[in-house]
Amino acid sequence: MEIPARQSLPAMKKAPSQQGGQKGDPAFRLLVTATGVGVLVVLGAIIAVMVSGGWKAFSTFGPGFLVSAVWNPVTQHFGAAAPVFGTVISSALALLVAVPLAFGTAFWLTALAPPSAAAVIGMAVQLLAAVPSIIFGMWGFFVVVPVVAHYVQPAARQLLGHVPGLSALVAGAPFGTGLFTAALILAVMITPSITAVMRDVFLSMPTVLRESGYGLGATRWEVMRHVVLPWSRQGVVGGIVLGMGRAMGETMAVTFVIGDSNHIGWSLFAPANTIASLIALEFPESPAGSLKLAALMALGAILMAISFVTLWFSRWLLARGEQAAGR
Amino acid sequence: MKANNTLMRADRSASLLWRRHICDKLATGLSWLGMLIVVFMLGSILWTLFKNGLAGMSVHLFTMSMAAPGQPGGLANAIVGSLIQTGLAILIGAPAGLMTGIYLAEYGTTSRMARIVRFVSDMLLSAPSILIGLFIYMMLVVPFGHFSGLSGAVALAILAMPIVVRTTEDMLRLVPVAMREAGIALGAPKWRVILFICVRAVRAGIMTGVLLAVARVAGETAPLLFTSLGNSEWSLDLGRPMASLPVAIYQYAGSAYQDWMQQAWTGALLVTLGVLIINIVVRVGTRGGRS
Repeated sequence: MEIPARQSLPAMKKAPSQQGGQKGDPAFRLLVTATGVGVLVVLGAIIAVMVSGGWKAFSTFGPGFLVSAVWNPVTQHFGAAAPVFGTVISSALALLVAVPLAFGTAFWLTALAPPSAAAVIGMAVQLLAAVPSIIFGMWGFFVVVPVVAHYVQPAARQLLGHVPGLSALVAGAPFGTGLFTAALILAVMITPSITAVMRDVFLSMPTVLRESGYGLGATRWEVMRHVVLPWSRQGVVGGIVLGMGRAMGETMAVTFVIGDSNHIGWSLFAPANTIASLIALEFPESPAGSLKLAALMALGAILMAISFVTLWFSRWLLARGEQAAGR
Repeated sequence: MKANNTLMRADRSASLLWRRHICDKLATGLSWLGMLIVVFMLGSILWTLFKNGLAGMSVHLFTMSMAAPGQPGGLANAIVGSLIQTGLAILIGAPAGLMTGIYLAEYGTTSRMARIVRFVSDMLLSAPSILIGLFIYMMLVVPFGHFSGLSGAVALAILAMPIVVRTTEDMLRLVPVAMREAGIALGAPKWRVILFICVRAVRAGIMTGVLLAVARVAGETAPLLFTSLGNSEWSLDLGRPMASLPVAIYQYAGSAYQDWMQQAWTGALLVTLGVLIINIVVRVGTRGGRS
């Protein structure tokens, strides 16, 4: 061992290796591993707290909680069907708007834009993703709601109001708030994140494949349609599912524009509620220990289940896409 | 007959070429339209904020606490409350995220355990923030019997942590093996190599993650509704309800009073500018560093 020799040098007295190499390493390893495990504990605790908090509602109403559309604090009857319906429909509508927008933007960023413009616009898209959700809520309430009330819904009623079967979709007073408006705001909110995923998977494709397409005389759209898209299908779907997960859990933006009504109806323009908006709106009137709070926690548990399954599915798709890319 | 056939084929190929050309132009046009709509949305949001928010910018906003409608008031307590809760959230969340990131990149790597931790961290990254709020409400508010600034900070810390985990792990994976080997060859223990060589080498990247986490939690509203609740009075006590800018905006924007509405818009402008400036600094900074 040359440790005595090193110790004889005064400058080496505080050499790193003597400051607890033998004890430091296992201790540090234990510390970081414990923090890593702590992440699992947090998730486990979230699941446990949600389920136990909502247990009173699940046990009081039984499986009927999931299918009952009643939400009546006066008679203490609560059901999850209306907010679950609102959550699913608003997210699905949001995807209908957001996916074409995101695809168009990602196509533009990766195939059409000059590099300098792509950098600037790419940054703008990222900034849109960073805007706090409450700002989307205010913007939606004060800018989008009047537009929907004064122009979109009257136009839609004129167009579809007399078509049998479709007239129910546009029925109701033109408040401007409701499923349609919430879906629009959600679409604007999730478009940037879907765009970012799409752009990344498009760009991760080897350039030589793209160039081969152009070399064969294909147009840019044909390269996108027949080379890039088939190659990156899983990643694209993963990004879309991720966006759907975001939309379903979004709270503040939806709370402003959804209209707060627990009804299930055909009309896209009628006020409704999502799980998250109902929790945010009803929580102040739900004292700790009440059945209503338990019902809100139970809704939270349902939202958790839906969004975790969605996120898991999107991770799985994205990981499979990456694996395929590695080959 | 033969000539006719060739002619027809030429005709068909011309029409095919034309159709492909039109398809391409159509797709290009729609793609431009999509991009313009997205940029227009960002422009519309910023324009609305500036149009409505600039008028309320004044010294009072930063020096006076929230007041009843009609009374002179500002957002000072909300601004300070937001700074405290965000700062505390980062103080809790960033070290935890850093250590989890180190575990994933240096110790766990591809083990089964690390894969689960990575997956769960990614889940938390995209989990609805309202759930985190409800969770902390049950854990820290109900047992103690009152809302508190501390519980708000803890809720925000859970939201901040996964972002730091992700960036730390990604950054540590970029550190060349040669640098680790150099450290080990000099006789440094592994923890020193990690902390003083690897983490130091990528500290700019890790800071990026921390700043993005700040930007993310500074605008969060939903979890604070269940934890720090909001407070219209000046209070620095972490054990009591604490005001925050997003919650103040939420309360004021839903009101019917002109002066509250004005302050809501100005507060919204402040939050958005802060968050966007952090994002711009981070993204321009990292792009400059990479090239």
